[in-house]
Formats: sequence, structure tokens, C-alpha cells
Amino acid sequence: MSDNQKRSMAAPGITRSKAKAVNAAEERELYKKREPIYPKLAHGKFRFVKWVVMAATLAVYYLVPFLRWDRGADAPDQAVLIDFAGRRFYFFFIEIWPQEVYYITGLLILAALALFLVTALFGRVWCGYACPQTVWTDLFIMVERAFEGDRNARIKLDRAPWSFNKAWRKVSKHAVWLVIAAATGGAWILYFHDAYDTLANFFTGQAEISAYLFFAGLTFTTYVLAGTMREQVCTYMCPWPRIQAAMTDREALNVTYRIDRGEPRGAHKKNDPWDDRGDCIDCMQCVAVCPMGIDIRDGAQLECIQCALCIDACDDVMLKVDRPTGLIAYETDDNIDRFQAGEKPRYRFVRIRTLVYAVALVLVAAVMLAGLLNRTELDLNAARDRNPNYVRLSDGSIRNGYTVKVVNKANAPRALELVVDGDPALIVRVLGAADETPMRLNVEADRTRDFVIYLTLPPGAVDVPREDIMFRVLDPATGESAQTRSVLVTGLAE
Amino acid sequence: MSDHEENRETDAHSGTETTGHEWDGIKELDTPLPRWWLYTFYACVVIGVVYMVFLPAIPALPGLSGSGSDHTRGLSNNSERANVAAAMLDLEASRAEGFERLRGTSIDAIEDDPDLLGFVRAAGDAAFGNYCSTCHGSGAQGFVGYPNLNDDVWLWGGSYDEIRNTIRYGVRSEHLDTHFSQMPAYGRDGLLTRSEIGDVADYVLSLSGQDRPADAIARGGATYASQCVSCHMADATGDRSQGAPNLIDQDWLYGGTREQVIATIYRGPYGVMPAWEGRLNDTTIDALAAYVYLLGGGEAAASSPTGQ
Repeated sequence: MSDNQKRSMAAPGITRSKAKAVNAAEERELYKKREPIYPKLAHGKFRFVKWVVMAATLAVYYLVPFLRWDRGADAPDQAVLIDFAGRRFYFFFIEIWPQEVYYITGLLILAALALFLVTALFGRVWCGYACPQTVWTDLFIMVERAFEGDRNARIKLDRAPWSFNKAWRKVSKHAVWLVIAAATGGAWILYFHDAYDTLANFFTGQAEISAYLFFAGLTFTTYVLAGTMREQVCTYMCPWPRIQAAMTDREALNVTYRIDRGEPRGAHKKNDPWDDRGDCIDCMQCVAVCPMGIDIRDGAQLECIQCALCIDACDDVMLKVDRPTGLIAYETDDNIDRFQAGEKPRYRFVRIRTLVYAVALVLVAAVMLAGLLNRTELDLNAARDRNPNYVRLSDGSIRNGYTVKVVNKANAPRALELVVDGDPALIVRVLGAADETPMRLNVEADRTRDFVIYLTLPPGAVDVPREDIMFRVLDPATGESAQTRSVLVTGLAE
Repeated sequence: MSDHEENRETDAHSGTETTGHEWDGIKELDTPLPRWWLYTFYACVVIGVVYMVFLPAIPALPGLSGSGSDHTRGLSNNSERANVAAAMLDLEASRAEGFERLRGTSIDAIEDDPDLLGFVRAAGDAAFGNYCSTCHGSGAQGFVGYPNLNDDVWLWGGSYDEIRNTIRYGVRSEHLDTHFSQMPAYGRDGLLTRSEIGDVADYVLSLSGQDRPADAIARGGATYASQCVSCHMADATGDRSQGAPNLIDQDWLYGGTREQVIATIYRGPYGVMPAWEGRLNDTTIDALAAYVYLLGGGEAAASSPTGQ
């Protein structure tokens, strides 16, 4: 065994990786070219969890547009559809109109609160497992590994001069990346038009220009962000690493190097005692597997997405040197202090911070649910004409005009009965409606109709400056009703 | 710059070269541009060239006058004026169907067709805003001397056809078929004395229920019978064939105070409205007539038409 080889051994059977934390804050320079990171494949439970999450999230993204949901003849049957042209958002049994966009606001608030809560409990699990940037980067690295081999092979290939072997591997990798990127951009547009139709139209060149533009844009961003920019997106572009410092605290579980156990670090020779030294044999495996190009042993840092691959790598090594696993583990800052003081760890998941997030989450969810359950499929709005404010007829009657909007969110046409509550002397006229009692307003399925309604107060009944009135519609077929208040202005002095 | 090349030195603190200039001991670092900035700049240069090749870019070139313009056209031959013209044609085409359906359709049929009703109200509102609102107001509420079109008072008839005729031919316009009549200026032309006019005003106001002195009413009634009945009729309900307003209702085109009525009789009003035939096409006039009719005061067509 040569000297050189000896120096590169961290422990018997464990080679010291030459990996450097190239993306650590102190290593980076503003004008320096990005140093490539060659993440090594990790093996272990977190790597497994990440494969499962990757498969699940990708499956959701690519397959959801193809799910069907029967809504009757007058509505699309795509389960999740954002129909900009028809101004509807369909989500399984929920159909949202543009004026109900607050449901989406509520959903985003829920997502934000859930993110806060999870971060306060378990650190950046969103970044580490579920963020699209992480998932697609992981997928792209997987492809890269398939064509170019693991870390060392990739480094060697990049340093090697151009050859047929290098060329076909590089070309194939980029080709597969482009196919995945195209599928990503392609799946995106399926959420906005019927998926099957769009797919057929897309390949025959008959889809809308916007579909091709979004396809091109998202193909490009997927290719660039997941293929070539990778950790730079998280380090430079994403605001969340900056925000997360305020979301996490000393009692949140974060991927942490157990400095109490690991130091002083150093190579370990066979049969050397483990007393008076740390468990870290400085093998650099945690750095080698890190997709962010950092050294977790430097402590919590903005660049760390907490993907926990270093835990897998370190546990592997600890088993080989026969030391307890968990030198890098999900641990809290407070517990590290306790370990150093020789105390037992304590975990407090119920804290004021997590309670506040949880209560807020439950409250918003309850409000959303109540809103959804009380959502009506029949709505009524009345806009009184203000130009002119009122009309005095030749006999001294006072007439007010109203534009009454009837919103029929049901997927069936309605024949509604109109009732106007107010002065019993009121004369009601609806443009286009037959003069019958009760008056009928016909509204087609899934649309809004404007009705012009004239209310006339005979001269003898004109006695106050304004009268309260109420428009009511009733669907005799379903028993649903809706009402809206308005006033009738007579022009008399207040 | 080259004079200073030999003075370039590497700054010990930043490791960057200086420009070689020195001003009173102050030296400038020759820090390289950030890459993203540089690439953005290169991209802008490329886009600029592409723009100049494809789009109109260089103005005021008299040599190009043969092409009908004095600027470069670019490979795309794009012209915003042509685009606007094409968009206007598209807009007209998109409205053509509605106007086509309007042609020859009765007002009752328009009212019963929700889509056509919506079209008429939108198209009529746009045309009204352009051509009519100057006098009749944006809400068709009128002003003193300019009739309110929302109410049920019609000088020349309130049926769909009558309204359309009024729009088409105008009132006291230059059109041969225009509505025409003229009320004498009783005061200005000396036909009645000031006290006689006052008495007539009292009489007319009493017709719509106002409390006036009995002797004035009696004197005014006599004058009315000799001067006014031929147009305003014995029962003072007016005559639409002459555009003579009803005097017993609550509506006063020129104001309903005693002073305003006296002024009206004194000077004899002469309200005019232009004829729109020839200035607007027939379907626009149809849309306007339907719009005005549907403002709330439209009347069913009389069995025997009174006006033109």
C-alpha cells in the first residue's frame, strides 16, 4: 500500500473522498465560475423515502390531467382543469367561478401555514423531498448517473478529452433530459385544456399558440433549472432559504451533525481506541453525496436543503467502523447543547409556535370547509341604474331601473320565479319576460344572465326618499333560492 | 487608455487589476462585469439586430418613398396601422351577425330573444354614447330643452317605428321628411301681452294640478282657447303629429316653474335634432331605436299610426 493510498484512507476499508464543499458560503465567489458538483449515490432509508416521494410527486404531476370526473353533459369531464377560456376551475367535485377565487387564496394560505408548521417541526422537508426543483434535479442526476456513472466516473469523464465514449454518453444524457423537460412542459398545458384533445392537437400542430409557448418555456426552464443550474436555484434564486431562518428554531428537527459525538474528527486506524476522539473519521462521504455541495459539519447553513442524504452516507460508514449510527441525524439545536452538557435529549413538538401554526391551519381549513359546504349554485346580484338615478313618468310615477345578474352555477338550466319584496304598489317589469305571475327568469346551465328590471312606484305611493326592496328568485324544481337587497330612489328630498 | 497600460497594477486587497489611471492618488479597479450582466447585454445586442431585420426600425429614409413609406419595413412587413385596421374589420365582422339578426326584427321579437336583447342594449349603448349623449345625456336623461328618453313622454311618438323615424329624419332638420312644426314666439313677436302670457301660464299649470288664482285661470283659459288649441288640443293632451306636447302631464321639457312656462310661451321653442339617415347605417339606427325604446318608455305601435 503506497503512502498516497494510505493517506486517502479514512478508516480500514473506507476511502477518504476528495469531495470539497464547493457551494459552501466561504468557498463561493461572486465572479467565479460555478464549480460542478458530482453527488454520489447514497443508499439508505432517506434515499428510499426520496425515491418514493419522487415517484409519487411525478406520478401526480404527469397523470392527474388524464383523470376523468363526470359532471354531466354541459361541463368538461376532466377531474382537474383550469379552463381560462370558459373561466372555470374544476377540481373533482368542486367547480369554482372567477369571483370565487378566494377558495384558491384560502388554499394558498393553507399551503403556506402547512409549510410553516412542517418547517417548525421537521425543518426544510419541503425543500429536501417535495419541492419540484429538488424532485426534478434528483431525476436529472439519476439520468446523469445512468449514462455517466457515479461520482468518480463522472469526474473522470469530465476531465477526459473528447472521445466517442464521452460524446455518446453526454449526448444521450442531454437527449433524455430534453425528453423529460419536454414531458414536463407538455404535461403543464394539459391542465388548461382537455388533456386528450390537447395531446392529439399538440402533435398535429392544431393546439393553441399559447400551448406551444408554454410548452417551450417550461421545457426550457426544466432543462436549465434541473439540468444545469440545480443547486444555484436554491442558493441564489429561491426566497425560501432566506425565510426559513425565521420559520425554524432551536427546537425544530433539522439535519444536524452531532458535533458532540463527532469531534475531534480524524482518520481512524485499525485497532486504535475510540476513546478521546470523535466518531467522525473525516471520510467526506457526507460531502460526496451532497447535491448542494456543502459540508453539513459546518453547521446549519442557507445552502442546505435538508435532503438527509448525508445521514444515509454517514450511517453507512458508522456501521462499517462499528460505531453507532446517527452521527448526522434529524436533531434539534437545543439537544446538541444538551448532549454537550451530558444531558438527555428532549423533544417538544408542542410549542407556542407550532400551536399557533396548527390553530391557524385548523381555523383557515374550517373557514374554507364551511365556505365550500355553504357554497350555493344560485346567486343573485342587483345593480341599480344611477344614470339616471330615477325616472319621473308623465303621470308622476317614479321608475327605477336595475340590472339583475342571475348566476346559475348548476349544470342544468333553470326556470326561476322572481319575487320583488317592497311596497305593495310596486309594478314590476322584466325586459324579455312574459307578463305573468310569478315572473319567470330562464337561465341556461352554468352561466350568468343579466335581466333588465324596471320597478315603477305609482304617484300615490311616492312618499319617502327611498324604499328598501328585495329581489328574490326561487327555483321551484330544486327548492333553491337566492335574494339580494336594493333600494328604490324616488327623488323626494330627504 | 494605452498610455496607462503600463501603469496597470494588481490591487493587493481585492486581487483585481486597476485601469492604470490615477487621479490625485485615487485609482480605479478594473472589476470585470458580472457574467449575467454581460450575457444580458450580448443578448440585447442580438435581439436589437434581429429586431431591425424583422420589424420596421429605421425612420425617415426618403429613398424608400417608392414603397409608399419612408421607413424600413422589416422582413415581417409589420404595420401597426394595418393591424389596427384589420382588428377593426374583425370587430365589425364579429358584430355583423347581431346587426343582421336585428334587421327587420320586430321589437317584441327582440325583447323575447335574450341574446339579441343583450346585443341591442350593448350596441345601442355604444352608438348612443357616440352620437346622442351630447344632447340627451349619457344616461338618456335629457336636459332642459332636450327630452328625457327614459320616460313615457314622446313628442313625436314612442313606438319602435316612430322612434326610428325620428332618429332617421330628425326634428326640424334639413331632411325633406323631417318632423316639423313651430310654436309662435308669443311674447317676442308681440302676439300676446305680458299679462296674457302670465295668465296662460297660470292656466296651463293648473291643468297639471297646480293651485293657481281662479281669475288668472279664467283669463288664461280664454286666451288658450283662441291661441293654443289648434296644436295642443282642447283637452291640452297635445298632438304628436305636430310634436305638440301634452300639457296636463307632470313632464315639462322646458321647465315647470311659472317663470319657465312664461319664458317658453314668450320665445316659442324651436328644438332641433339632426337627421341620422345617411350618417348612420340602417342597422345602427335600428339598434339605437330599439335601445331607446327599451330604456323603459317604449310604447306598443298604435293601430293607426299618427306620425310619419
